[in-house]
Amino acid sequence: MKLYCLSGHPTLPCNVLKFKSTTIMLDCGLDMTSTLNFLPLPLVQSPRLSKLPGWVLKDGNTFLDKELKECSGHVFVDSVPEFCLPETELLDLSTVDVILISNYHCMMALPYITEYTGFTGTVYATEPTVQIGRLLMEELVNFIERVPKAQSASLWKNKEVQRLLPAPLKDAVEVSTWRRCYTVPEVNAALSKIQLVGYSQKIELFGAVQVTPLSSGYALGSSNWIIQSHYEKVSYVSGSSLLTTHPQAMDQASLKNSDVLILTGLTQIPTANPDGMVGEFCSNLAMTVRNGGNVLVPCYPSGVIYDLLECLYQYIDSAGLSNVPFYFISPVANSSLEFSQIFAEWLCHNKQTKVYLPEPPFPHAELIQTNKLKHYPSIHGDFSNDFKQPCVVFTGHPSLRFGDVVHFMELWGKSSLNTVIFTEPDFSYLDALAPYQPLAMKCVYCPIDTRLNFIQVSKLLKEVQPLHVVCPEQYTQPPPTQSHRTDLMIDCQPPAMSYRRAEVLTLPFRRRYEKIEIMPELADSLVPLEIKPGISLATVSAVLHTKDNKHVLQPPPKPTQPPASKKRKRVSDDAPECKPLKPLLSGSIPMDQFVQTLEKHGFSDVKVEDTAKGHIVLLQEAETLIQIEEDSTHIICDNDETLRVKLRDLVLKFLQKF
Amino acid sequence: MPEIKVTPLGAGQDVGRSCILVSIAGKNVMLDCGMHMGYNDDRRFPDFSYITQNGRLTDFLDCVIISHFHLDHCGALPYFSEMVGYDGPIYMTHPTKAICPILLEDYRKITVDKKGETNFFTSQMIKDCMKKVVAVHLHQTVQVDDELEIKAYYAGHVLGAAMFQIKVGSESVVYTGDYNMTPDRHLGAAWIDKCRPDLLISESTYATTIRDSKRCRERDFLKKVHESVERGGKVLIPVFALGRAQELCILLETFWERMNLKAPIYFSMGLTEKANHYYKLFITWTNQKIRKTFVQRNMFEFKHIKAFDRAFADNPGPMVVFATPGMLHAGQSLQIFRKWAGNEKNMVIMPGYCVQGTVGHKILSGQRKLEMEGRQILEVKMQVEYMSFSAHADAKGIMQLIRQAEPRSVLLVHGEAKKMEFLKQKIEQEFHVNCYMPANGETITLFTSPNIPVDISLGLLKRESAIGLVPDSKKPKLMHGTLIMKDNSFRLVSPEQALKELGLGEHQLRFTCRVHIQDPRKEHEMVLRVYNHLKGVLKDYSVQHLPDGSIMVESILIQATAQSEDQGTKVLLVSWTYQDEELGSYLTSLLKKGLPPTTA
Repeated sequence: MKLYCLSGHPTLPCNVLKFKSTTIMLDCGLDMTSTLNFLPLPLVQSPRLSKLPGWVLKDGNTFLDKELKECSGHVFVDSVPEFCLPETELLDLSTVDVILISNYHCMMALPYITEYTGFTGTVYATEPTVQIGRLLMEELVNFIERVPKAQSASLWKNKEVQRLLPAPLKDAVEVSTWRRCYTVPEVNAALSKIQLVGYSQKIELFGAVQVTPLSSGYALGSSNWIIQSHYEKVSYVSGSSLLTTHPQAMDQASLKNSDVLILTGLTQIPTANPDGMVGEFCSNLAMTVRNGGNVLVPCYPSGVIYDLLECLYQYIDSAGLSNVPFYFISPVANSSLEFSQIFAEWLCHNKQTKVYLPEPPFPHAELIQTNKLKHYPSIHGDFSNDFKQPCVVFTGHPSLRFGDVVHFMELWGKSSLNTVIFTEPDFSYLDALAPYQPLAMKCVYCPIDTRLNFIQVSKLLKEVQPLHVVCPEQYTQPPPTQSHRTDLMIDCQPPAMSYRRAEVLTLPFRRRYEKIEIMPELADSLVPLEIKPGISLATVSAVLHTKDNKHVLQPPPKPTQPPASKKRKRVSDDAPECKPLKPLLSGSIPMDQFVQTLEKHGFSDVKVEDTAKGHIVLLQEAETLIQIEEDSTHIICDNDETLRVKLRDLVLKFLQKF
Repeated sequence: MPEIKVTPLGAGQDVGRSCILVSIAGKNVMLDCGMHMGYNDDRRFPDFSYITQNGRLTDFLDCVIISHFHLDHCGALPYFSEMVGYDGPIYMTHPTKAICPILLEDYRKITVDKKGETNFFTSQMIKDCMKKVVAVHLHQTVQVDDELEIKAYYAGHVLGAAMFQIKVGSESVVYTGDYNMTPDRHLGAAWIDKCRPDLLISESTYATTIRDSKRCRERDFLKKVHESVERGGKVLIPVFALGRAQELCILLETFWERMNLKAPIYFSMGLTEKANHYYKLFITWTNQKIRKTFVQRNMFEFKHIKAFDRAFADNPGPMVVFATPGMLHAGQSLQIFRKWAGNEKNMVIMPGYCVQGTVGHKILSGQRKLEMEGRQILEVKMQVEYMSFSAHADAKGIMQLIRQAEPRSVLLVHGEAKKMEFLKQKIEQEFHVNCYMPANGETITLFTSPNIPVDISLGLLKRESAIGLVPDSKKPKLMHGTLIMKDNSFRLVSPEQALKELGLGEHQLRFTCRVHIQDPRKEHEMVLRVYNHLKGVLKDYSVQHLPDGSIMVESILIQATAQSEDQGTKVLLVSWTYQDEELGSYLTSLLKKGLPPTTA
């Protein structure tokens, strides 16, 4: 069993597991941090961005000044933003049989895999994962396509050139494989390959392996996966949460007894407490608005935003914010809000109970009804008429490189009354802000990451007791910025096996047994023999039928001809037909009894001689010699079949057959 | 021999109070727990004393499964769990769990508050009963215990309706509940995979009907409604609050919009608005088209259909009213019917099946003078139309489901005996499987012969699979192994491994036969002749002439010996082990016959 690691990003994994002749891809996350190296895509002409100076090499060489721009000491690529794909060369991706998706954040590279590698398999994901994943992809495509950019920079990617660039561009990996965003037809084609599954549904792959999604508690429809045969079990844990937010609680019990547990998608901010962060978010928001400033919340169109809206729903009246407009701007804002209300079966218990009443599970329905929350597809159109300040705006993209958020950064960045509050943990907020410097607006960092932290992981591992843990190398050492925090790493016995991008791990497995079925007719014909107390044996001769990796033993075919005619056939020089093999023999021959038996069967001249290892029995008249030792018997006789068979059967009486 | 037993307590050769007991591999499961609309006495509920005469329900039953929220499938549930007493798990889908208690409460109100019955279940009992319900997802494998598992499939009959697979080891039963094999305006079609159950228990409401296409029926329906409204008549459509009602509302709503009609459409108050809300929240259970467009337009928000008030019934002019219940056996639909029945301009459209004893059943069977309460005779002059809109599979659909699931036998419930008989013959003819149709209280026993799972050592399996790869795959290949039975585990290993595991040594049994050959030639020439002879006869075997002058046939050794005194006779020693017995014995008999004369 092998694990091919195609992504180096611990929360956006992409691994391929080869297990019992199946090739299974686990997630296909898209690393979007690459976009931080690019200039933002403004929705309306930005004089500031267009006036940024070109970057000049130390020696005064200006050949890159069209592609690279400088802003407050940082260098950015002035081009359509590009993404860092999972490794596509490590193995032939057209051989992948299935792709298992754990949550909607971990499927963003799907079109690159399904549309460009010759992939012909099936993708499995839950319905909310697919629906919300589609929204995230559509939003991404929309953000990038609606700001067409003529320039596509490529000079800087030249290895010789890249060496000369300042960090972080200099250290960016695999830049030659970075790709532009996919298109809507590609998204549709990719999503059409998905088959919907429900939690605890057992899905057979070629009869060899069974995969099962389990609730992981992190997002709507998010799942961990069990990949198992009758004897081996691999648990794939990706993006799980033990906090009670809106999704259904995590199913931990089903992870027990795993041979290998692959652990990815832990919290990216292990030192921050999500509850505390939500509190800080609310108080910063209230303070800014009270002082007449605006609040900008860069966010994804689904996920934490539901929880934030629910907190605000409870908070705004008591904080005196009832008259402040909340805007949610995204091409998929409406869809996201609507979809959140129809996945009752995937929600936590409290929300499910509300649906039974029947009431919408999320209170943002009421915020919309009372006009406190308004949603728009973009800043253009209706929004510009309704827009009132001070206000709170939720919009994407959290990288601050594209989407409506770019406009608000340009609009509000100059005033210290305004605040931008970062809640999504995927991007470093300082890097995100870099192309907007110098900035007067306040920046607050309240990352809310509900995924497992290291304390929860160690509790989880103690509980489910996997034989081996496999995880990204980042989890086996403290974070680079906090090297003394040895508590911020996975601690387990035996130590976790770690992987990095483009590595292939051989997983510690020894398969020894397989399931096989015995047909009842065959079972009836077996003759069990008790060898030791409580242990019985039966020799089995049967026809093995294998279909779809399922093995069945059937009774051997009955001879088609009566034995007499068979003998005649043999005489006619035909080779013997395939006959049941003789069993192995065990035991030893007791001399006295054997001699008695011989005499009883008409051998009157039995003579026994002792040898170093046993005895020799002589039957003089028959010119036969039988050498008998502890573990062997040798009958040497003339070519007299009747005699030989008689002696054979007498010897067999004393031996056990296997 | 393992067996599966099925006993209907309700719905055996009947429609109503569905309740079927299944025993499979020692597990007892109750499928549905319904009430009968045609009775008001003890017969309205299944006869649970069948179980309780031998002990408590909870001790006997491993679980209860409810297929959908119609009262003839869940109406007896609070009585069963709270009054007779059952504390085990009850499984149903999320929408069923949400809607079921509301219909039960409605049923209770009509029975207790309107008819004044006592000794009926209370609101609190409904609540307590629902606490025992475990909601299941579609296709989720629910482990009831270590051995018993159940799985729900989409049935398309009403919102949340499901078929259930009940499985223990390799034995399984599928219960369809009520299902529909053709997608309609709001629900999708039932679907099941080729799960090859030992038994398929299917409803058979429309066992003998093959319905014309849905589109024709819809057109007919709209035409009739339209004509009636055009001539100023009032149209009554008795429905159940959830299910057909929504489909017909969507149908009329789009028709009204297209034709720009002005006549009002009403939906009787109460459940309806709430019902539509359930459809909005459980939109993932509706058909693909509705799911796809729900963000732009939620099909369950109606523009033309308004809430009905009792006073509207006397308004002049045309109107269309949907009223509950669907079989005209009580409530608002019956009240309106009595008001409108006397006018031949009016029309009542029965869109579904009516149980015997209900007013709906009477007028559908042609009765035009009805005796109402207080000996009053009601003359029915209005037009009576029947349109089969109830979402049951017709004969074609039932056959289609059987084809999909490939069961080893079929059992029919939820239908009329005569019609079942017809379908039973058809099924037996077409699929060559046994088909049963037990009456209530009658037990059907089915013998199964499940394969026995054992563990096989990978070494043995791989060895045998490799042999299986040789070109001549027509000949069945035999596998040889030793089955070790210890405690309750069965392991099939190679004989060598079995010996090793048990700490036993092998005892080798070897034979050496002296074969006399008449041949005056030199020894090595004789051996060469033997070699050529064997090579010619044993084409499928490996025959080797070794450098030391001996011959190997597979693992059998043939050597010449100089022992003999007679120059004309040579002696061959043929030596083999017991495992090569067949070939060894064959060789000696072959050689005994001597060598063919040399042509040279």
